[in-house]
Amino acid sequence: MIYSLCLVLILIGLYGVVTKKNIVKIVISLAIMEYGVNLFLILIGYRNNGVHPGIEESESFTHFLAHSVDPLPQALVLTSIVISLGMLALMVGMCIRLYERYGTFDITEIRRLRG
Amino acid sequence: MNNLIPLFVAIPLGIAFIIPMISRRIKGVAAFLGNVTMIGLSVMSLVSIGKSGMYHMGGWDTPIGIDLRLDGLSVLMLLSISIVGFAATLFSTRYMQSYTSRHRYYSLFLFMVAGMNGAVLAADIFNLYVFMEIASIASFALVAFGCGHEDLEAAFKYIVLGGVAATFVLFGIAIIYGVAGTLNMAHLAMKIGNKPLSNPLVFALGLFISGFGLKAAMVPFHSWLPDAHPSAPAPISAMLSGVLIKAIGVYVIARLLFNVFGITPRVSLVLQILGTLSMIVGVLLAIGQWDMKRLFAYHSISQVGYIIIGLGLGTPLGIVGALYHLVNHSVFKSLLFLNAGAVEYSTGTRNLKRLGGLYKTMPVAGSTSLIASMSIAGIPPFNGFWSKLIIIIACVMSGHYWLGAWAVLVSILTLASFLKVQRYGFFDSLKISVEQIKKTPPMMALAMILLAVLCVGMGFFVITGFDSPIIIGPAAESLLKGVFVL
Repeated sequence: MIYSLCLVLILIGLYGVVTKKNIVKIVISLAIMEYGVNLFLILIGYRNNGVHPGIEESESFTHFLAHSVDPLPQALVLTSIVISLGMLALMVGMCIRLYERYGTFDITEIRRLRG
Repeated sequence: MNNLIPLFVAIPLGIAFIIPMISRRIKGVAAFLGNVTMIGLSVMSLVSIGKSGMYHMGGWDTPIGIDLRLDGLSVLMLLSISIVGFAATLFSTRYMQSYTSRHRYYSLFLFMVAGMNGAVLAADIFNLYVFMEIASIASFALVAFGCGHEDLEAAFKYIVLGGVAATFVLFGIAIIYGVAGTLNMAHLAMKIGNKPLSNPLVFALGLFISGFGLKAAMVPFHSWLPDAHPSAPAPISAMLSGVLIKAIGVYVIARLLFNVFGITPRVSLVLQILGTLSMIVGVLLAIGQWDMKRLFAYHSISQVGYIIIGLGLGTPLGIVGALYHLVNHSVFKSLLFLNAGAVEYSTGTRNLKRLGGLYKTMPVAGSTSLIASMSIAGIPPFNGFWSKLIIIIACVMSGHYWLGAWAVLVSILTLASFLKVQRYGFFDSLKISVEQIKKTPPMMALAMILLAVLCVGMGFFVITGFDSPIIIGPAAESLLKGVFVL
């Protein structure tokens, strides 16, 4: 159920990227898409009533294995957040430069290349 | 050997950080360091021909740790990346002097090389994704490097589509991790390879093909390429068209389909359809272009179609043809883009209607572009002929007569559009006065001659037989061995 919500989030983002005309809104839609994927990754590692994935001395190993959440997706999500941050910064920078050149954020007016 | 593998990533990455730090104090050090790094990488990849190995990061064993894997296919890709990259940096020394903040250019260039080297060496799909993003982000910035109107517009289109592609790929990786519980390619192949795919895995495969297909500019996903490649500075166009779309597009598709999922008739049909579409649509759009670089960019789409068809056949000969065409295309297409750059540098325009007669005034660019045009059009002694021939023979031998016929037809159309380039650009009467044309600087000429010599020389790869030409044979073998075994 909650997995399909992630899919919905991704599709909302994709819809925004395809239909929006304002380039800032396109950037935001792309960010929504990335959040959807990140949430999905986190959910894969999630376990109901799970404990944090660090073993304590008092805890037995089998108990830990049966209850801890999967730490790998969390590491993956951190990496992917950093990547999308870099991407977002570059995109916003590009938006500023585009606004300086064209004086508009409207994608339908930023059209010199054709063919 | 094994300890040499991480250096392919570490050296360009390290130098990329050093360049901005020291370039303020010493003038011209950025260009020097860039060239030296690319020479070093070329030597390293020449040394690693015929070798294979595995490097475990931090000493952890395979399913747990992060691996870098070097095999025949990686060596082939490393070679083409570093040699084309070297030609591009050599060309940039003079070409980039009209741009400001050149040290950032070299820094980004080396980031791109590090990303591509990492992507072809990575042995698990998440690292593949990370390296792919390093290469792509550097390439987004490099496309926008001129900061002109067209540059920014093209780069924005490229970054949005690139971002969508990256999201698809990450989503696919997440699904695969959820199903198989591992990310290492060899371990993954053991769990899911060569078995009928379950529904989530089919979805993931679809996401991968569309994500990496977007990076490789296959036809339904090609719209960014004809804008982004011509807008970038010429050496960057050469890198993007020459190696980037292959290292993070075609290579990854080949690696995942053959070594991880295992190729099935249905997947191979999808590849054949995508390949044929790219081939035909690319060349039809190319013929009408008058901007030299834009014409070349459309031809990249069309030539990638050939590679995808060869891979889609799945027969040994088809794979050899595809990989051979991959390296050939990276050489002659980057040469063509460097020619266009030299023409633009000397005359200030790349519109074919305003050019003409350059064969006399720019002998080096003229003759090398003739060699490259004949290579891409498939005229016999040059390398492009042999690889296209192998692909067409493979089509016929596996019973796909129509594919072979389309490939021949597209080759003829390619010839037609390159005759147009030669006729209007280099052979016609001179339309600009001779005094206005700047001389080609020796560094640029050297870079073009290097690639032209490769164009002629790589035609001789087939002397050891169609089935396994030197260097390409081992690369094809690493795909043909099927899914990885631990």
